Amino acid sequence: MKMDASKESKRRSGLGEVWHRLKKNKAAVVSLFILLFLFIVAIFAPYIAPYPYDKEDFSQSFAGPSREHLLGTDRLGRDVLSRLIYGSRQSLQIGLYSTILAALAGIIIGSIAGYYGGWVDNALMRFLDIYQGIPMFLLCVTLAAVLGPSLRNAIIAIGISSVSGYARLMRASILTVREMEYIEAAKAINASNARIIRKHVIPNAISPLIVSITMSMGNSVLAGAGLSFIGLGVQPPIPEWGAMISDARAFLRGHGTLALYPGICVMITVLAFNLLGDGLRDALDPRLKN
Amino acid sequence: MIKYCIKRILLIIPILMGITLIVLIFIDIAPGDPARMMLGNEATEEEVQALREELGLNDPFVVRYFRFLGNAVRGDFGKSYMNNRPVADEILQRFKYTLIISVLSVSLAVIIGIPLGVYAATHQYSWKDNAAIALSLFFISMPAFWFALILVQLFSIRFKILPPAGIESWKGWVMPTVSLALGYIALITRQMRSNMLEVIRQDYIITARAKGQTERKVLYRHALKNAIIPIVLIIGTLFGMSLGGAMIAEIIYSVPGLGSYMLSGLTSRDYPVILACSFFMSTIFSIVILLIDLAFAFIDPRIRSQYVRRRRKTAEEA
Repeated sequence: MKMDASKESKRRSGLGEVWHRLKKNKAAVVSLFILLFLFIVAIFAPYIAPYPYDKEDFSQSFAGPSREHLLGTDRLGRDVLSRLIYGSRQSLQIGLYSTILAALAGIIIGSIAGYYGGWVDNALMRFLDIYQGIPMFLLCVTLAAVLGPSLRNAIIAIGISSVSGYARLMRASILTVREMEYIEAAKAINASNARIIRKHVIPNAISPLIVSITMSMGNSVLAGAGLSFIGLGVQPPIPEWGAMISDARAFLRGHGTLALYPGICVMITVLAFNLLGDGLRDALDPRLKN
Repeated sequence: MIKYCIKRILLIIPILMGITLIVLIFIDIAPGDPARMMLGNEATEEEVQALREELGLNDPFVVRYFRFLGNAVRGDFGKSYMNNRPVADEILQRFKYTLIISVLSVSLAVIIGIPLGVYAATHQYSWKDNAAIALSLFFISMPAFWFALILVQLFSIRFKILPPAGIESWKGWVMPTVSLALGYIALITRQMRSNMLEVIRQDYIITARAKGQTERKVLYRHALKNAIIPIVLIIGTLFGMSLGGAMIAEIIYSVPGLGSYMLSGLTSRDYPVILACSFFMSTIFSIVILLIDLAFAFIDPRIRSQYVRRRRKTAEEA
């Protein structure tokens, strides 16, 4: 049985092997499809949404679900479903861009610290100590407030406040990988530094990073919704899930469902990112699985 | 060991200085002029400049930085631009609310999360384990402020058993604490479960079973002791998260805590309030992290011995 598995895996490339293992995890596959679906909805929002997100109709305010408005309307008579569809754009943008920003900065800082070691490493790590001394959400809120509330600034604020995790992760992976026996073996057969870095260090250091990137996209979506909820993120009339919950807050008595839908959207998105991250972790590192 | 403790305590000072520097830089690059905001749009440019001079906003960056630090050491954080009250008084008054919410929610997370994680791990792949894992995933993925509103909808509007806002009686604390704690419970449960599963596969557990130890003792004396150690570290992180998270709970349930104070300072460009709040919260956070680091060093003999060894090494080098 074991022999078969190893034979089989030899025929597949690295990426194919990961995909093969990921496919076995039903939750991860479903999450992947949910995320694909969400991205498609976000990209084609103007074609999918039945109404423009800012079309007001005061005669229809707080209308219940009907054939015209599947999820009803809000205080200004705007179609809730359309606003949810447009809202996916802001949430996914925040999740995607802030994570890319944080990961890039973190990878650069972490790699420099890990490779060079010595005083460079020490200085960078002390800087991160200071940085992490500020509770993360506090840093995020402060940055968003001083930069001024907008989608772009929310992305920057969330990105900057999550850099240190990546930097530490990257540094730690590089440090562990550097000490591994297979690096010693590669050195023993006289492999060049470039080859060692390309063939051994990066592939082995990158998988925890991919998992963490996936998971933190979910967290960024959450943080973005939180910022918009307290009024420091995306500004009206542009719909954003967190801001929609904030709008609905005043009408909990009587129109509680208005707060319900955007929250469910956030939860499904974050859940999908988390489940995919879990699945990727198992797929990328088979040692962890039992 | 004592040397390590002292070194670790002294490390707080540069960290706090650095945090102040970072926050001051943020404030400096921010657009918007607090003097202009205080005087309104009708004020002339001369009036604005005079006020800036009076507030010390025109001083060089370094001067402002060290003036803040010097005053902060003496417990003086200046006066709020908005209502001219000393910021330090206001913080002391409000701080207890934030601290209570943070401590209660983190404690609740520990009390529920650890047993739940152990239970899930010892019943791995049973439906109870699956349910615990699925539920905790849901709770991690849920926006806390949304859950807070659902709690209001259920317990204040539908069943009318808890007040929707305010903390006049103990009932007022229930929803802020629970809404914040739920995500943390989920985090600890997941972490505890995976720690436990990892520990159970270790050789010393096999040894303990082989010598005929009862399963109960194997679990609670050998496995739990080792699996619980990493949780101590997470508690520090959770506490930091809860200081930030309390901000949202404070806004929703109108608790007069530090978070809502800081947010009002941020939106009105009240620099002394922003600086003091971030300084204060970061100090508390650093102290908690310090205590946990020290506790960590004391409870885990493996780590304790590391420090002893490291100290010997540095002594040799010197």
